[in-house]
Amino acid sequence: MNVAVSAITPELVAQHGLKPDEYQRILDLIGREPTLTELGIFSAMWNEHCSYKSSRVHLRGLPTSAPWVIQGPGENAGVIDIGDGLAVAFKMESHNHPSFIEPYQGAGTGVGGILRDIFTMGARPIAALNALRFGSPEHPRTRHLISGVVSGIGHYGNAFGVPTVGGQVGFHSRYDGNILVNAMAVGLCRADSIFYSAATGVGNPIVYLGSKTGRDGIHGATMASAEFDDASEEKRPTVQVGDPFAEKLLLEACLELMASGAVIAIQDMGAAGLTCSAVEMGAKGGLGVELDLDKVPTREAGMSAYEMMLSESQERMLMVLDPEREEESEAIFRKWGLDFAIVGRTTDDLRFRVFHGGELMADLPIRELGDEAPVYQRPWVPTPKAEVVRARDVPAPASLSEALKAMMAFPDLASKRWVWEQYDHLILGNTVQRPGGDAAVVRVEDGPKGLAMTSDVTPRYCEADPVEGGRQAVAEAWRNLTAVGATPLAITDNLNFGNPEKPEIMGQFVGCLKGISEACTALDFPVVSGNVSLYNETQGRGILPTPTIGGVGVLADFTKNASIAFKGEGEAVVLIGDSEGWLGRSIYLWAIEGREEGAPPPVDLAVERRNGDFVRKLIAGGRVTAVHDLSDGGLAVALAEMALAGNVGVTVEALPRDIPAHAALFGEDQARYLVALHTADASRLIDEAAALGIPALRIGTTGGDEVVFGARDRVALSALRSAHEEWLPSYMAEAAE
Amino acid sequence: MKAAVVLFPGSNRERDAARALRLASGQEPAIVWHGDSELPAGTDLVVLPGGFSYGDYLRCGAIAARSPIMGAVRAHAERGGLVLGICNGFQILIEAGLLPGALLRNENLKFVCRAQHLRVETTESPFTNQYSKGQVIEVCIAHGDGNYVADRETVARLEGEGLVGFRYCDASGDVSGPGPNGSVNAIAGIFSQKRNVLGMMPHPENLVDPLVGGTDGAGLFASVGRALAA
Repeated sequence: MNVAVSAITPELVAQHGLKPDEYQRILDLIGREPTLTELGIFSAMWNEHCSYKSSRVHLRGLPTSAPWVIQGPGENAGVIDIGDGLAVAFKMESHNHPSFIEPYQGAGTGVGGILRDIFTMGARPIAALNALRFGSPEHPRTRHLISGVVSGIGHYGNAFGVPTVGGQVGFHSRYDGNILVNAMAVGLCRADSIFYSAATGVGNPIVYLGSKTGRDGIHGATMASAEFDDASEEKRPTVQVGDPFAEKLLLEACLELMASGAVIAIQDMGAAGLTCSAVEMGAKGGLGVELDLDKVPTREAGMSAYEMMLSESQERMLMVLDPEREEESEAIFRKWGLDFAIVGRTTDDLRFRVFHGGELMADLPIRELGDEAPVYQRPWVPTPKAEVVRARDVPAPASLSEALKAMMAFPDLASKRWVWEQYDHLILGNTVQRPGGDAAVVRVEDGPKGLAMTSDVTPRYCEADPVEGGRQAVAEAWRNLTAVGATPLAITDNLNFGNPEKPEIMGQFVGCLKGISEACTALDFPVVSGNVSLYNETQGRGILPTPTIGGVGVLADFTKNASIAFKGEGEAVVLIGDSEGWLGRSIYLWAIEGREEGAPPPVDLAVERRNGDFVRKLIAGGRVTAVHDLSDGGLAVALAEMALAGNVGVTVEALPRDIPAHAALFGEDQARYLVALHTADASRLIDEAAALGIPALRIGTTGGDEVVFGARDRVALSALRSAHEEWLPSYMAEAAE
Repeated sequence: MKAAVVLFPGSNRERDAARALRLASGQEPAIVWHGDSELPAGTDLVVLPGGFSYGDYLRCGAIAARSPIMGAVRAHAERGGLVLGICNGFQILIEAGLLPGALLRNENLKFVCRAQHLRVETTESPFTNQYSKGQVIEVCIAHGDGNYVADRETVARLEGEGLVGFRYCDASGDVSGPGPNGSVNAIAGIFSQKRNVLGMMPHPENLVDPLVGGTDGAGLFASVGRALAA
């Protein structure tokens, strides 16, 4: 053991993001002072990002199993069975902090990281989605961040060759100093050839594959576990630099190597790079690991053990290979022009040993590095209940159609075409439903199966009532999958919150998880993977609680999918579900009245399930020509979106009774859908719904080129379209201040 | 039809091209490695697929154009064999000198992916004989560097000799509006002098299935089948 070069001072410990009691825990664990390299390893393993130390006790309560779940949380991605020997791997992960500091590289490497998680499981990525939250459009930095994030996501996914098929973009001043970039990827594999990270066999070679190791990204995970301040700009060197070209080669080489049968275990090098991947492979397999850093391919000479162990250089993989297949494996990687180096071996003594220049730089108990990470039962307080806003206390607009037009141009509702046209959403030739609908639909290989996918959360609901907001996020994902005709199967959750050391923030976290858990249980919609991003605060101000839900569902026959577009004139439009005219926390209240207040709409999970199952059957039976779930902006916005998508107008002829018209049209009551169908079938459908206790009301008829609320209250589709389409391009074209 | 799709490091629409060829001809195309120096014997059609060969580093297509396989592709073209370069494949053909001009960054400097109408400018080619002249088709585009430019004489020659295969247009066939990338004369695809080489930015290979987006791209592959059968 070499003697530590410099004594480990309290300042050094603090710089590594470790608290004094956490450092004491290290001393107790190893019985001596750690070397600098070891301190770095501990800081990498024990930061919030890698250890989930604040969230772990709460995550345990999430439902994670179902007969179709092959792999739940704990691997690189969750895996579900979609039948006929096929499986789908998917996960969502945040890259919030790096994207704020350097939006192009930060967002791009976020996409790269999640794609790697998918193909590490042996699945070929077939779709990508994302959920983006920016600060207020008025904030001077917002344009720059949008521009960088969108081109960063676009370039990485486009060059890699995965269609980016869906997502969401929202704005709020609470993200001014802390944007959210949540990237999701979905991959396809055979159910019988899934790859895992647990190493097996003593003395097997540990192989380093992919790009070389450089000095970029050192302490990236530690940065992602701290709040921001004015000096955050100085953290730019901790942001990794992406190379989608190398990732594409890595994908092809890994899949080829996996098909050859030489791979025993595989783990990508993501957060905390070599440290985290090596420890995880060993600890999961009950084996020790020895690494010889002299063998690690490096970009520059003179890198220290400390730097190599903490580098977050991208596009790298670690594998345990069948020792008899080394030569064959190396040939595959050389063919793709990638580095291939045997950097260590598995051992039977459960130690994690790192050699550099012939010296032992670290010698730590491998299991305890992960298992003995601190786990906190952080104090939390429940979020106080917000008052219910009564519809009759919200003034009606002078004109319903003018209000609708204004809402269609409101940043959160305006068309995001400017964003998704920068993403290749058509590559692979399987995109059945393009961006802009309820959920994306992608054909599975040559069919007949299809996959539906969506990402959802309504942060303003979560802020007002975390439990209800958590329920709603899951319910909306479930509803969006249902609205395209898919059977919802499972979710990935990306939990973005502020500083967990504050009891009120921890209360938001605990509340949202409770809601998510309840909804997942009630809807048979388990969590199979996820990611927690805490400390999303700048100068003490936290983001809105944003537990993004990525949902995946399956269609037995992709051709039986429903879209939101009205298909023709003279069709009946039926509202399914109950309306109370809930305006609290609605977009209407925010956009038109400038009020962000009130309790969010309650979610009745039994009703969600009943109404959704009914709609899914209508779609499967070919009874309906268009379907849309009701969410932000309520009934009126849903009608306008259906009309714009199909370029067919609609006349509203009836509204739910006993509610002011503006509350009926803009209220955000949950568990509701709009369907269009042949008029001859409308009354039968309404009777069938009634027999099941489901409210269904024929509210209008398609036709013309306007949305008509009344003889003098009407708006042309062309005017709605301009309002809807022009906001974002015009905003982005304005010179940045 | 005996087709070969060349796989460069960073190609990413090779499967899309292979599917379109399979649907059009019932035969699976050969996938040919960029490091090889020969095409499979009897190859009728070589496809250089879309993607980001060599990461688009240096200049789009510049490194791929110097791959060992490109010698065989050039010889194939010189013998009158058919070559189709789509998107990055078009960029490679230009960098290899098999087609004239250059493809610059899109005028608005952004990558663009969307449905796009094209006007078929001539049916007198092995790639367009199943379309009608002036027909408007809807395919898709997905590129960041598709802004076609050439010197005045070259453009005049392409136009004069009817070597422009496709132009960007609107649904009514009007080519005068702002195109997606700033190309001169709204040029979306051009032929070589003998019309046996076609380079185009749009992706006909993604529009070959009535259940997924439509079949407006299928005519191109059917045309090749027809030309080879003749």
